[in-house]
Amino acid sequence: MRSNVSEYEFIAPGSLDAVLALLSAEPGAWTPMAGGTELMVALGAGRLEQRKLVSLWGIGELRGITASADWLTIGAGATYTDIRENAAIAKEFPLLARSASWTGAIANQNRGTLGGNIVNASPAADSPPVLLVYEAEIELVSAQGARRMNYSEFHLGYKRTVLRPQELVMAVHLPRGHRLPVEYLRKVGTRNAMAISKVALAGVGAMQSGKVQTVRIAAASLRETPARLSMTEAVLVGHALTSDRIQAARKALLQEVKPIDDVRSTAKYRAHVAANLLEEFLNQMAASES
Amino acid sequence: MSAAKIQLSEIRFKVNGVERSATVPPMKRLLDVLREDLALTGVKEGCGEGECGSCSVLLDGVLVNSCLVPALQASGCEVLTVEGLATNGALAHIQRTFLELGGTQCGICTPGMMLAAESLLRKNPHPDLDAIREGLAGNLCRCTGYMRIIDAVKHAIEEPILTADLAPEETVHK
Amino acid sequence: MRDATPTRIVGTPALRKEGFGKVTGGARYIDDIVLLGMWHGATVRSSIARGAIKDIRFGAGINWDEFVIVTAKDIPGANCIPLIVDNDQPVLADARVNHPEEPVVLLAHPDKARLHEAVEAVEIDYDPLPAVFTIEESERQQTIVWGEDNVIKRFLVEKGDVDSAWQHAAHIVSGEYRTGAQEQLYIENNGVIAEWSDADGLIIRGSMQCPYYVHKALLRVFDLPAEKVRVIQAETGGAFGGKEDYPSLIAAHAGLLALKAGRPVKIIYDREEDLAATTKRHPSRTRYRTAVDKDGHLLAMDIQVDLDGGAYATVSPTVLSRATIHSAGPYLCENIRVRSHAWATNVPPHGAFRGFGSPQTIFGIERHMDQIAKAVGISPEEVRRRNFLAQGNATATGQLIRDPIDLRGMMDRALKVSDYHAKRARFARENATSSAIKHGMGIASFMHGAGFTGSGERYLNSLVGLEADASGHLTVLVSSTEFGQGTNTMLSQVVAEALGLSCEDVSIAQPDTNRVPNSGPTVASRTTMIVGRLVHDAALALAGILREKNLLSEEFSADEFRAACAAYTAQFGALRSEARYQPPKDIFWDDAKYQGDAYPAFAWAVYVAEVAVDTRTYAAEVVNFYTVQEVGRVMNPVLAAGQIEGGVAQGVGYALYEKVVWKDGRMSNNQMTNYIIPTAADVPNIEVYFEEMPCEHGPYGAKGLGELPHDGPAPAILNAIQDAAGISFTSIPLLPEDIFLRMAEAPEPECLEIVGSAKGPQ
Ligand SMILES: Cc1cc2nc3c(=O)[nH]c(=O)nc-3n(C[C@H](O)[C@H](O)[C@H](O)COP(=O)(O)OP(=O)(O)OC[C@H]3O[C@@H](n4cnc5c(N)ncnc54)[C@H](O)[C@@H]3O)c2cc1C
Ligand code: FES
Ligand code: FES
Repeated sequence: MRSNVSEYEFIAPGSLDAVLALLSAEPGAWTPMAGGTELMVALGAGRLEQRKLVSLWGIGELRGITASADWLTIGAGATYTDIRENAAIAKEFPLLARSASWTGAIANQNRGTLGGNIVNASPAADSPPVLLVYEAEIELVSAQGARRMNYSEFHLGYKRTVLRPQELVMAVHLPRGHRLPVEYLRKVGTRNAMAISKVALAGVGAMQSGKVQTVRIAAASLRETPARLSMTEAVLVGHALTSDRIQAARKALLQEVKPIDDVRSTAKYRAHVAANLLEEFLNQMAASES
Repeated sequence: MSAAKIQLSEIRFKVNGVERSATVPPMKRLLDVLREDLALTGVKEGCGEGECGSCSVLLDGVLVNSCLVPALQASGCEVLTVEGLATNGALAHIQRTFLELGGTQCGICTPGMMLAAESLLRKNPHPDLDAIREGLAGNLCRCTGYMRIIDAVKHAIEEPILTADLAPEETVHK
Repeated sequence: MRDATPTRIVGTPALRKEGFGKVTGGARYIDDIVLLGMWHGATVRSSIARGAIKDIRFGAGINWDEFVIVTAKDIPGANCIPLIVDNDQPVLADARVNHPEEPVVLLAHPDKARLHEAVEAVEIDYDPLPAVFTIEESERQQTIVWGEDNVIKRFLVEKGDVDSAWQHAAHIVSGEYRTGAQEQLYIENNGVIAEWSDADGLIIRGSMQCPYYVHKALLRVFDLPAEKVRVIQAETGGAFGGKEDYPSLIAAHAGLLALKAGRPVKIIYDREEDLAATTKRHPSRTRYRTAVDKDGHLLAMDIQVDLDGGAYATVSPTVLSRATIHSAGPYLCENIRVRSHAWATNVPPHGAFRGFGSPQTIFGIERHMDQIAKAVGISPEEVRRRNFLAQGNATATGQLIRDPIDLRGMMDRALKVSDYHAKRARFARENATSSAIKHGMGIASFMHGAGFTGSGERYLNSLVGLEADASGHLTVLVSSTEFGQGTNTMLSQVVAEALGLSCEDVSIAQPDTNRVPNSGPTVASRTTMIVGRLVHDAALALAGILREKNLLSEEFSADEFRAACAAYTAQFGALRSEARYQPPKDIFWDDAKYQGDAYPAFAWAVYVAEVAVDTRTYAAEVVNFYTVQEVGRVMNPVLAAGQIEGGVAQGVGYALYEKVVWKDGRMSNNQMTNYIIPTAADVPNIEVYFEEMPCEHGPYGAKGLGELPHDGPAPAILNAIQDAAGISFTSIPLLPEDIFLRMAEAPEPECLEIVGSAKGPQ
């Protein structure tokens, strides 16, 4: 334990309105804590610079998972366990349930939240690629009101997002009724469980008459933010998945990713494995029509 | 030098079935509250970063790493630690199978491991091998290689324990 | 004592003696203990690898008056931790530092939470000196960082005539193999509590393997007589060798703080500190050059073993010894030369870890045997069969194998239980066609010597005691410690068996140097065979004492024994027996030539790994792991199998996951999130099979088994990967990133070199 907890203020106002009022009264002074699986790790390691924290845990408005005709809405405070156990998610957005099931292990899944994963904005985080290929929208809220945008616009750069100091992430909205026939997700971590991704790739797509009609691909740990691989997608749309085309897609991927060497893996490995995963996904696409 | 000392919070919660309270900094880790303020030292610290699971407890019936839970977030909750598994001195079934089947060696992972097992069995009373492996994956054990722990969890649901299962696969006497 | 007579208690799955406390949370580990008025201690460590200390400054913003501060100047006795080489490792760096994370200053404060900030505020200025970080840099001897030539220890073992064997060879096969550092990663970090009083001297409680090592060190550091230092082992949450020598250092630190503070001081490392500062397994490089005939028989082995010892000698000489003796494997070869060195580098000293040097060289020889098989054109199992040691053969040190030995039978059994031939044939077929996942099978056969090497046990001269009270309840007095391996249970079984009692009639005294005699350190797979035997002898001696007084007949029941104890204590007072180590008469060892009987007994094993290599992610996974071993009499099948499984899991980690990332001599991935050990979702299915050939040296025929299972997994796994992927990998840890480099990119030339010339390794 490398911090002195006596130096940290921590309050739990208990309602969304009260938290938002606090954030607006002193913008930037208070840091929200949901499940704490990022912030408490930082505390233990002596790296938690924010000294005033406000708890989001237990605020019901943030935690629900609800469905309307067009959208499935997941509260930012929903835990990975909530996501794994939700029948609608399992049925309509199975990749999200899968990514939740291999985020950390059970104890982390019981505390870690979707909102925390998004706002923490690690390039290696497991939920963002899935949200990107499902074309999620994100809803931000403050005492002044709410705004909603495409999730793909949320991340600005390494650990930088559009979130303002007085705002919280309220929810993530997933469009219903657009499920594509091929869905792919693979995480390559340091081991089978309790592993941070060295690389992860999510893909959804549809073929029509032997050609790629739609495809969306996103990856973790390949760029400074979670990102769609739009150049790679562009190489594919409208084309048959010949081996030349797959090679072209691999090339495009290698051009648009900028992985790094770090204590967990190497840039070369990450890039190459991402291309292999892409190929595996495209082979599934190719096989999907027969 | 240290900033001005912050306000302490009074945390009231039910620990192992008993109402308890502690007046502590609100960011104090539940792990430290249990160990230092309530002397429940069966809860262990192996890493302080959510990786080893030796600090696992059930919080409102849900498995958590107590090193990552600030005291204030445990306020009003029910906490179960290893000290609460046995009832009136009688070992819980999971404790017996850990003891009899070799699920504990050095014992430092054992409290957390049993609580992970307890949490798994409450949700899924008949877990298959994959479910057991997944349910225990957040709890590192360096001694056992997990085989006997997995066995202990398997047998926690079936009585009686067969002595045949206690032995290694087969021993040839020469 | 080679008897296979039926036993009542030995061989049964007696319950773990201290298990109740462990499953109820009642067991008290060092961090669970709080003493009245206790302060907390912390360590300020060097931030550079090598240099002279110019100045130590205590930065602004901290009220230093609240702290007790200790530097090297506060040491009352010698500033060194005596172990094998004296005056080497200091308690606190004084004029200079020799590795990163070397302790320099100690701090204590009543509030634990204030320590971290204070540690950060101590600034140390250095004049940096050039440092060496690898075996290669050290052996170049351009920068001398230890002694006169960087060599902490060297051995030369010679059998037969290696130099003239090459001309008869049909094949000469050479190879170089490397293993990385490995962290013990006991889940309980290191910790000690020290108390000082002028009347009693120093009292140490802590997580440790060897109370008498700590005791010996403290006598020197504090310049105290033996009775003024008392060392008590608390319940210890895993050790694996990692708590063999380092606790002496922490105990000295806590003791210095307690002395100066005038109150108890507790030092508990956190995970980051424990990983960065304490010992790891020695990295190694082994080179084999072997001559074989056309049928694959070994004609000559020229072996070079090099270990990275780190900045101080600590246990490196004995680790190197075991590495050297095990380097020729369980094979008969008439001409062997082993040249070995432990090299000093400016990294934290490497230390003991299960296997103690043998996993390193067994990795080398067992990978090499597969290369010989390939060169000769026979199967991996056949090359081993043709060379196995048999009863009456001599090992590399000329030790005659007197006990029966059945490596061929064990090989048969291992192949059978793993369904080796059928699987290998099926995998060969499937690997040719299926693209994504390649399967393979690999074998390792090996041995592990039980007990201290050579004359070690003679020097230890171990003593055990046994006490009985009036009710006939017995207490075993040994300094041998329990840290998960089952010491307490095994010793209880021995006493209960010997005296016709049950395990409940026996207690194990807490290891406390004021109460228990020195039965030697708890290392080297020696506790069952050596200490167990002594405890057995003490039990018989105790019955003898009762018989001498005519209180007990030759045959007796438990009740008669209890009655005799009651009668004895009423008449004569305390009832106590002892047993001291007697060197076996037919065991000889020549320390100068490194020839003779290296170990009283060997445990033998054949392991088979089944792996899957994913060609998309380059990850290798162990699917099944089969172990067949001969460890003499199995004292307790549950505990024994648990030892094997745990060792295999550590071996899997050694092979495929556990990488210490070094940066200028410092571990840079010193967190559990970045130092990866297998979870329950990663370990393979592990199957354990024992053969029992009772051994005359151990109690009821037992030998040691604690270290054995860590020796075989890594080579078996890499042999299986070669079978699956057709690539010969020669170093561990073998991570997906490494497999990728060979599989996806242009294949590099294999390290295996088959040549006709007759030159030894350089
Ligand atoms: C052992 C372990 C294993 C892990 N494994 C994985 C893994 O495999 N994959 C993975 O992706 N992650 C993993 N994580 C990381 C972590 O669990 C996730 O990022 C988690 O989702 C964070 O959520 P939280 O609620 O716990 O975050 P917190 O720690 O509470 O907060 C994280 C950040 O988000 C902010 N925040 C939280 N909620 C909101 C909100 N509603 N509005 C605005 N800001 C908010 C906080 O201010 C903080 O900056 C692991 C963590 C641990 C400890
Ligand atoms: S101490 Fe909490 S997970 Fe390791
Ligand atoms: S029993 Fe020692 S870590 Fe699990």
